[in-house]
Amino acid sequence: MTPVQIIFLLCAALILASALMVVTTRNLIHAALWLVAALFGVAMLYAILDAGFLAVVQVVVYIGAIAILFIFAVMLTRREMRDRGPQLRKDWWLAALLSLLVFAGLAFLLVTQPGVNRSAAVMPEGLDTLGKLGAALVSPDAYVLPFEVASVLLLAALIGAVYVAASKK
Amino acid sequence: MSIPLSWYLILSAALFSIGLFGVLARKNAIAILLGVELMLNAVNVNLVAFWRYLEPAKMAGQVFAIIVFAVAAAEVAVGLALIISVYRRRKTVIADEIDLMKW
Repeated sequence: MTPVQIIFLLCAALILASALMVVTTRNLIHAALWLVAALFGVAMLYAILDAGFLAVVQVVVYIGAIAILFIFAVMLTRREMRDRGPQLRKDWWLAALLSLLVFAGLAFLLVTQPGVNRSAAVMPEGLDTLGKLGAALVSPDAYVLPFEVASVLLLAALIGAVYVAASKK
Repeated sequence: MSIPLSWYLILSAALFSIGLFGVLARKNAIAILLGVELMLNAVNVNLVAFWRYLEPAKMAGQVFAIIVFAVAAAEVAVGLALIISVYRRRKTVIADEIDLMKW
């Protein structure tokens, strides 16, 4: 066991435990806070994977914006749901069975793939991944079109969200 | 980097399955969206792991991950707006009770 493996295993334990709490805890505010913990674990994974920019984006966008949005939505709607009855459907065991089957299928597929235990490709010496990422996002022969489409999609979605959520008198 | 690629893939498969369980088993519509977020994060872990392990010199994996971020933000904004709008009209956030369009 090398130190980075131990750090990975700690991250994985944090992510999986928090994710389980997200889907099982009764109080939705607590579920949203557990989601923050899981997202933070994923940000640590990005840092281990040499994707520092994505780790920062994960903290800023997911934890800073999306999780807070969830907490606001829970607070705007929680009067009805607070501790009234079970939070899981009656046939939750079916869902659990299906999820276990999906996990078993994916894991089986993964371990039978050749080359799945490969170690990381060597990072070329002096590779500026952040600079290359920025250039790739705006260069016409790379990904400027998907990037712009994503921005238009986000703008349209936010305008739509404001329109849908606004109270019409 | 002495972690085999399979560790990341197994972790993300487990995270995806937990999110799937949340989507299928939860009653509250907001909790269902929380499960969707877990699934999107599992996908992103996969994308970034493949980028790092196969083609670190090309940025396709990271760019795709960023687009998934943008789509996730759009999805959450629209989803929560719909839930708040439904709550305002029908006083419920339980997915089973939002059955106006159920045939």
